[in-house]
Amino acid sequence: MNNTPSSTTATAAAAPAGRALATPRQLTLACVAALALAWGFLPEFTVSVLSNIGLYALVAAGLVMLTGVGGMTSFGQAAFVGMGAYATAWICTSPMAAAWLGGAVGPALLPWAGLALGLAFTFALAWALGAVTLKLQGHYLPLCTIAWGLSLYYLLGNMDFLGGQTGITGVPPLVIAGYSLATPRALGVVIWAVLLLALWAMHNLLDSREGRAIRALKGGRLMAESMGVDTARHRVKLFVLAALLAAVSGWLYAHLQRFVNPTPFNLNIGIELLFMAVVGGAGHLWGAVLGAALITLLKEKLQDVLPSLLGSSGNFEVIVFGLLMLFVLQRFADGLWPTLARIASRWVRPHAPAASPTAPAVQLAHRNLPARGEVLLQATKVSKRFGGLVANNDISMTLKAGEIHALIGPNGAGKSTFFNMVSGVDDPSAGEVRLAGQSMTARPSRVFAALGLGRTFQHVRLLGQRSVAENVALGAHLRARRGWLAAMLRLDRAEEAALMAEARRQIERCGLGAHADTPAASLSLGQQRVVEIARALAGQPSVLLLDEPAAGLRHLEKRALSVLLDQLRAEGLGILVVEHDMEFVMNLADRITVLEFGTVIATGTPAEVQANPRVLEAYLGGADDELLEDAR
Amino acid sequence: MDLQIALLLGQDGIVNGAVYGLMALALVLVFSVTRVIFIPQGEFVAFGALSMAVLQAGRVPATLWLLLALAAMVLVVEFWRWKRGAVVDWASALAWCVVLPLAAAALVLLLKPTSMAGQALATLLLIMPLGPLLYRLAYRPLASANVLMLLIVSVALHGVLVGLGLLFFGAEGYRTTAFSEERFDIGGIPVGGQSLVVVGVTLLLVIAMFLFFGRSMIGKALRATAINRVGARLSGIPTELSGDLSFALAALIGAVSGLLIAPLTTVYYDTGFLIGLKGFVAAIVGGLASYPLALAGALLVGQLEAFASFWASPFKEVLVFTLIIPVLWWRSLHSHHVEDEE
Repeated sequence: MNNTPSSTTATAAAAPAGRALATPRQLTLACVAALALAWGFLPEFTVSVLSNIGLYALVAAGLVMLTGVGGMTSFGQAAFVGMGAYATAWICTSPMAAAWLGGAVGPALLPWAGLALGLAFTFALAWALGAVTLKLQGHYLPLCTIAWGLSLYYLLGNMDFLGGQTGITGVPPLVIAGYSLATPRALGVVIWAVLLLALWAMHNLLDSREGRAIRALKGGRLMAESMGVDTARHRVKLFVLAALLAAVSGWLYAHLQRFVNPTPFNLNIGIELLFMAVVGGAGHLWGAVLGAALITLLKEKLQDVLPSLLGSSGNFEVIVFGLLMLFVLQRFADGLWPTLARIASRWVRPHAPAASPTAPAVQLAHRNLPARGEVLLQATKVSKRFGGLVANNDISMTLKAGEIHALIGPNGAGKSTFFNMVSGVDDPSAGEVRLAGQSMTARPSRVFAALGLGRTFQHVRLLGQRSVAENVALGAHLRARRGWLAAMLRLDRAEEAALMAEARRQIERCGLGAHADTPAASLSLGQQRVVEIARALAGQPSVLLLDEPAAGLRHLEKRALSVLLDQLRAEGLGILVVEHDMEFVMNLADRITVLEFGTVIATGTPAEVQANPRVLEAYLGGADDELLEDAR
Repeated sequence: MDLQIALLLGQDGIVNGAVYGLMALALVLVFSVTRVIFIPQGEFVAFGALSMAVLQAGRVPATLWLLLALAAMVLVVEFWRWKRGAVVDWASALAWCVVLPLAAAALVLLLKPTSMAGQALATLLLIMPLGPLLYRLAYRPLASANVLMLLIVSVALHGVLVGLGLLFFGAEGYRTTAFSEERFDIGGIPVGGQSLVVVGVTLLLVIAMFLFFGRSMIGKALRATAINRVGARLSGIPTELSGDLSFALAALIGAVSGLLIAPLTTVYYDTGFLIGLKGFVAAIVGGLASYPLALAGALLVGQLEAFASFWASPFKEVLVFTLIIPVLWWRSLHSHHVEDEE
């Protein structure tokens, strides 16, 4: 997995700078300018193909967001295109629609009413499909879209007022400011303008607080939820966004072709659209354009060549597309764009890193830490049963502000189960968990995060390809407010600067300042654990849950971690730590709770616990009485 | 609608439901063992039915050439892997790539069976090895990919197979001779012998699978893999074995379904896809995990389809596929906290 030069990460800096000609931005602008200049002189056929590529790329860009960035997928995008196309075709041609609108809308404005209707329908349907599947595992949404893609095709073909299989003819051209866009050459300009605007907006979205939340969807929803991200909501929003892009493409398509019928909105085309996104590079917005261009051109060629080669006519290009797809997935899992970008990296200068952090103009939400000694987290008689297995049995414990409380116990003692319950990953079978004075029964982990609980994971959960700073900034998700639209329109820059400054401050504090711009996956495991701590701190927590923070750390790193935790305690944080490293725990903790077989066998200061015979027995296993005597 | 029609429709629904049930069983089996959402399952149905039709017409079905080509490709891949130092289980590789394809070729080209049973056997021999061969070519290199990636592979493979189906069998549909031309009259309702064959064979297959998974060592190994992939591998069950076997079973079930429905309905090169998808709707009722719930779902789908074809014939497919939405909604009521995906 390589970062492309187009992303603003430090790997790109490794590219030889000597022959660098331009930054990715300059290169993009140059290409757009070249296309604009050449547009008037291109032959009719090329313009028409380019317009089609633009339409497909618009849909594929939505699929890139969905598949490559958000870790979901859809085979039914063609059906959303169909909705957009049929909505405007119906409004513009049907006498019933004209009667409905009652002449309130002039003929020149009818396509806009069609656009509004298409977007409204698409929004409602995509939202419903997403909402039904959002609590289920990721493969149900694509299955749902297959069923939906087929259904819409049959529906369109059987509804008389939409013209059945023949469709609707006589769709009027778009008229903007009195200028009719009847030719592909005129409408193509609009198509590419819309495409470029959409790409710009989505590029901005990805480079923002909400963009990090979207990326986190792919890296495991558990982590995203623990950072306070409402993953279900983001998944639905992302699916709706992709569907709306498809609907806009359909609207443009209807006014380009000037007629619609069900065939181009069949499931096959939905699958082809996904191929475009995956072949181009499902993780890269420009991959959508590349994929759309490749598949469209290939299809033109194949439809000429294959029938004569195979001796009969039919939809044979699907064989080649399928094989191409299998090959790409097995050999270039990230699509062709990263490969292309790697080759081009010799001539492309990496984007200049963000400006140095000056005092940000916006303040992030600030939490007043509770008074020292106040009870932050309280578990009362918490039990967890998995079928007949009692993993936790009547565990009670408290965590106060300004203390480090360690949870220790042999393997299988139920520490992780308990950890899951006090962080909202799992519900207790009995008993109650209270955080900051509130009962947390049946609350999801993002509510825990909102109430000031930050956590790390036993198995590191970072977005490996993103920079350390971006990973840490995700931790501060709940301290900022700007949403998707603000991000798309770049209205969030002040807040974004504040978020990144905060992330860099926490990274500095945790001693990883030199690595802030490196992809997280390139750090050592121990360092990645520290990144997780920095990420938790970026959320300005009052309760910090650390799951084996010292595992994999070297001696000096452990000492640095001790110093950091000590400092945090002094600031008034309550820290609950699960750890196997006894030296680390005994030197650091104020209180220790020992678990064995899901039950608390001892609680107290390190000295008390060390002298407790049951603890010795648990750790040394069936110790002789003599040994126990000695210990006493 | 009177009772007579309702009973006839119900009978139709049971027959269709039986086939969807077989699909659903195969899909649940493949998904639970290999995490592959096997969209091309329906293509085995179409390939089976159409191969049988071509055999009955006294010609050689092109699926034989597909089988031989895939077998040769897998042999090359295995040899290449062996060259590069991978451990290759040659016994199973030869069984799938040489023994079974050659047996199929011998049966089709040399013996030229004329009896129904011989032709059915030839069809099964032609289709069954396709499962493991496709698994080895398309899915095994991506065994560690996530479910979504495997699903995209499935859809790509579906495209390839449907395209090949069109190339092999053309755009026109076929019907095969029924296994039983008998007509019965049960309580005033005419029942076709072929319908009874469908239900009977389905029941037999379900019982056979039940015994296979409950009693046989290999069946238990597959179940173990479905429950815990890593654990099964650690206790010595090779991933390849479970992949090969589940795909072989899926292909076999697909081919049998094809033989069962081809006398009842005209089968086109792309009919299988819709049948497979209806199996999916049924399998989703059981969360892609439960065999009994999947069978119940299949009966539901069959009945819905039968009655929809009476009341709202043009919207029959729409009704069946949109059934997935209430089903998913119902399932999501049962899931609480965020599930982390594999």
